[in-house]
Amino acid sequence: MTRNNEWLKLPIKSIALASAAGLVLAGCAATETETDTGTDVEEEQETTAPAETPEAGGEMVVGITVDPDTIFPWKATQFQAFRILENVYDTLTAFDADLNVVPALAESWTVSEDGLSIEFDLRDGVVFADGSTFDSEDVKYSYEAIQDEDNAAVASSTLAGVTSIETPDADTVVLNLAAPDVGLLANLTTTNLAIVSSEDNEETLSTATNGTGPFVLESRTAGQDVVLVRNENYWGDATPLDRLEFRVLPDEAAIAAAMSAGNVQLAVLSDPLTAQTISGDVSIETTPQLSYHALMMNARNGSVTDQNVRLAVQCAIDRQAVLDTALLGEGEVTGPITSPAFKSDPTDRPCPERDLDAAAEYLEASGNAGGLELDAIVAQDLYAGAVDIAQAVAAQLAEANITLNLEVLESGSYIDRWIAGDFETAIALNGGRPDPDGMYGRYFPSTGNLNQVAGYSSDSMDALFAAGKSESDPEARKQIYADVSSELTNNAAWVWLFSGYTYTAVSDSITGFTPMATGSWQYLRTTGIR
Amino acid sequence: MKRFFYNGVVRKILSGFATLFGVAVFVFFMLRAIPGDQISASLGTEAAGLTEQQRRSLEAYYGLDQPLLVQFFSWLGNLFQGDLGFSVRAQQSVADLTLQSLPVTFQLAVLAIILALAIGVPLGMMAASAPGKLRDFIGQSVSLFGLSVPVFLLGTTLLTFFAVNYGFNPNGLGYKTLLDDPWINLQQMLLPALVLGFGISAPIIRTTRAAVMEIKGQDFIRTARAKGVAMRQIQLRHILRNALIPIVTMTGLQFGYLLGGAVVVEQIFSIPGIGRQVLLGIQQKEYALVQSTVLVIAASFVIINLLTDLLYRAIDPRVRAD
Repeated sequence: MTRNNEWLKLPIKSIALASAAGLVLAGCAATETETDTGTDVEEEQETTAPAETPEAGGEMVVGITVDPDTIFPWKATQFQAFRILENVYDTLTAFDADLNVVPALAESWTVSEDGLSIEFDLRDGVVFADGSTFDSEDVKYSYEAIQDEDNAAVASSTLAGVTSIETPDADTVVLNLAAPDVGLLANLTTTNLAIVSSEDNEETLSTATNGTGPFVLESRTAGQDVVLVRNENYWGDATPLDRLEFRVLPDEAAIAAAMSAGNVQLAVLSDPLTAQTISGDVSIETTPQLSYHALMMNARNGSVTDQNVRLAVQCAIDRQAVLDTALLGEGEVTGPITSPAFKSDPTDRPCPERDLDAAAEYLEASGNAGGLELDAIVAQDLYAGAVDIAQAVAAQLAEANITLNLEVLESGSYIDRWIAGDFETAIALNGGRPDPDGMYGRYFPSTGNLNQVAGYSSDSMDALFAAGKSESDPEARKQIYADVSSELTNNAAWVWLFSGYTYTAVSDSITGFTPMATGSWQYLRTTGIR
Repeated sequence: MKRFFYNGVVRKILSGFATLFGVAVFVFFMLRAIPGDQISASLGTEAAGLTEQQRRSLEAYYGLDQPLLVQFFSWLGNLFQGDLGFSVRAQQSVADLTLQSLPVTFQLAVLAIILALAIGVPLGMMAASAPGKLRDFIGQSVSLFGLSVPVFLLGTTLLTFFAVNYGFNPNGLGYKTLLDDPWINLQQMLLPALVLGFGISAPIIRTTRAAVMEIKGQDFIRTARAKGVAMRQIQLRHILRNALIPIVTMTGLQFGYLLGGAVVVEQIFSIPGIGRQVLLGIQQKEYALVQSTVLVIAASFVIINLLTDLLYRAIDPRVRAD
């Protein structure tokens, strides 16, 4: 799916990013050269490199808390399954450590001037783990299968705008689009769009893997472990490790104990207190995440249909205080967009800081001067801190005469209610993505497949998202999403609270691992024994 | 008498089947009463983005597209043919998974019971030997402690304490079976068996104490004493043997409970037993896995009760006479 750090230090030849119609992705340090059909880009990529080169060989154990629920990449949604499969399968494009889009199976690409087709030049000499050759037919087969709704692939909506796929020759794939889609190159990086061999299908890939990535599956014992070994046919630099075991341990405390005893060499934890209990020669690295905590408000349900009520709620919450109370200050107050290249200004909203007077004015304007009650759904067991955040928010709203009735639900009930949009407000932890269209393109355009959950849409929002998809100029695109962000906060669609951190615990005997804001573990391929 | 014996056993077996059917109905419908299904468990909030066609396709994939009664009788019919179902997550049959996990739990339960008896019976006898005195106080205190301290607290504390202070955490090595590596396996079983055994020793202490005190006051003990039988012999041959019935009953019950109830300890210590299998199944809403595994646990409980009942007959001639 992506490349290792050693490779990234080399000059990247013929990386065709962007086009006149627009596929320059913000964050790429690129030197552009015009061509007749579009824009070809060659770039020198500077990325984070490992501190020292690991020795070849050896084994490493990574601690995970949940048994992966599938090894079929198109249906994987669980964090652990994703982290494993991204080291087994490749995609056409990938992110580097700085979240720039870089080549993976596609060595370069060119976008037509009208932005309605993207031609990918595929990498030569790539073979699947079973020895079969990778070519354009595999890409066509994979993408068409993902588009087929009968296969219920998770990322089918990402390819919804792809009207046809052409394979002029074995090394070239052309995606024809219904409309320009600048975010597509970033969105193609997900392992849910992994390229599999046209000889394989869901049945064959549910019990064994056959990817083009740096590792292959050696064994999987349900509830216990998943073992990967080096893919000797990998097209990139061979991974330093011979063997990589993902060991299932019941919770983060058990992982901390196993790391203290030297049985596990790497783990990514979400609880800072647990991370602190690890003893021995282990380093902890804090990584800000793109995911964010929010108080979602369903503007089509109950009292929060009134914009003034939503604004009152927004003004009444001191986000830093909630963060300090619920997560010990471990995070950053955020606006809607968390991606570094498009990051929202957290103070860009009607009440940059908590303002109870303004909240009272909004309440009065809504006809609720005497206060009102709101209901909030909260997941008890979906992620750590949800109930604490809910209680801190409720305590603050109470001071503004808004009673937040918490419905603390088991995860199944919460998800059912969330999916149906059956809530007035919801305390939520939502995933973030490097490209804002990938992040919110499903939520806030009126045609987005999660719009019934988002509870908010408008004509201007639809226009902004449409413009964001077709705008090629990075600065202009940034402005579009700044406008999206402003509309969301000016209308208090939701209250964006803060984004959290992850804590990567690495044994001092290990080197070469780079944690990412997306939560990706793709740099396991550059990780090795010191 | 023989006919009565066999009738009793047959009656027990029949009532066992009725119990299992009740469990099957209960677990099947209770599972489906829990909000969410395997689709939402697997996709989480991503399930909100599914189109109707995708949802129908996934329902067919997970076998959720049939009416409930059809699902129930199909499952039951398959059970009678030895087919416990298939785990989509593990890509293995439930029978295979159970064959791997049941012996693990069985081993843990046996070790826990041995430790529980080793702690419980001597302490119970000690407590009964001097009611109201220091020895009784010690026995009762240990029992109270065993009952009061939750296994998750004791388990997590021991795990963390030994790992952080002594680097002893065999359970972090990945599970090894008794055949794979007996030495590692026994180390891995030590703490969980101790935690479980300690908890179970509490009722055994109490049962032993009560039974011994009751028997101590009976006429035949006084007669034995009067005849000059040595105290040690009285304690072992007369008192303990007669006190065994309630102890065996209690132990049998606890053993049955352990087969399904060791889930917390299995989870804490990463023991891939049957309790953990059910827990993972519930988390993923894998109906076939949970239903069939719960039924296996219930069947084990029924069988152990039956065996306990048969054991009475071996221990106590009066039961045979009845």
